[in-house]
Amino acid sequence: MADQPTPEHTGAGGPPAPRRTRNRGATALIGTLLAMLGFALAVQFRSNSQTDALAGAREADLVRILDDQNSRIDRLQGQISDLQAAKQRLSDSGSNNVAARQEAQRQADALAVLTGSAPAHGPGIRVNIIDPQHALAAEQLLDVVEELRGAGAEVIQFGPVRIGTSSAFTDTGSGVSLDRTELRPPYEVLAIGDPRTLSTALNIQGGVVNTVHAAGGEIDIAEQSTISITVTRPIPTPSYATPAGK
Amino acid sequence: MIAAIALVIGVLLGIVFRPTVPLWLEPYLPIAVVAALDAVFGGVRARLDGIFVAKVFVVSFVSNVLVAALIVFMGDKLGVGGQLSTAVVVVLGIRIFGNAAAIRRHLFRA
Repeated sequence: MADQPTPEHTGAGGPPAPRRTRNRGATALIGTLLAMLGFALAVQFRSNSQTDALAGAREADLVRILDDQNSRIDRLQGQISDLQAAKQRLSDSGSNNVAARQEAQRQADALAVLTGSAPAHGPGIRVNIIDPQHALAAEQLLDVVEELRGAGAEVIQFGPVRIGTSSAFTDTGSGVSLDRTELRPPYEVLAIGDPRTLSTALNIQGGVVNTVHAAGGEIDIAEQSTISITVTRPIPTPSYATPAGK
Repeated sequence: MIAAIALVIGVLLGIVFRPTVPLWLEPYLPIAVVAALDAVFGGVRARLDGIFVAKVFVVSFVSNVLVAALIVFMGDKLGVGGQLSTAVVVVLGIRIFGNAAAIRRHLFRA
């Protein structure tokens, strides 16, 4: 194939001597051109890989890229607001749950104290009633409890019995029973409430103290900063009534 | 051989000197490089075909680069620079592929 003469080849050919000089010049020229090409290649590679590709971009391309970016921003911002709304919703329901649970726990605690199903402690008074003649009947003992309740006692223990909503004093032939538990003097009464108010209520004119003294007994009231009542009552289970609205 | 050495020297110079492309040259340099590559592939093919002529190579090299740059310049002025550069790259790419195929046939007889 190399021997095949072509018009171009023959056209470029000439006398041997000038051709050699021309060839040398042409080689140098080709070398220069290719060196320039290599240089440009290297430069272009570097500038493309290192510098910001946007620097050499055309105006129209830049506008298109900007549009793309803007629509992308819109899309992402839509996603952001969606996700934030979802997060808000979730955290709201979470905190609502916590608040509801705390409220329910608070109510349960309060009710447990009131119904007597949980131990309780707090400031209050300790009352000792000595009744050597067994002269105090159920009515007088009930007065003690009523007086304490009226003075705002929240938890009352009478003898070994925790007072609840269904507590009842009953006269038996031999004495007094409270919720089917026989009471024996001396009676010890614990009440949680404001100690000042409670003792004042018992000392009121014609009140419990007077009654006990009139019955020939002794009464001793001690205000204490901490009264601990550990006796509990079983949780009453209503057989007939159900809460309305549930 | 000399051409290949010159190419390598050029690449090395470009790597060593790390010049930055002037802003006015930035749109034209990539197209010019592709056009020059086309000329080089054409030259290699002609060499293998045994019809290589230095004058033809030099003229085609320079004119390729100049015409490519001119087309891009005109395209920029007409407002179709992006599309025209793409067109130039496509045409030159096809030519490079054709030349590369011819070279391959020469080298591997396949």
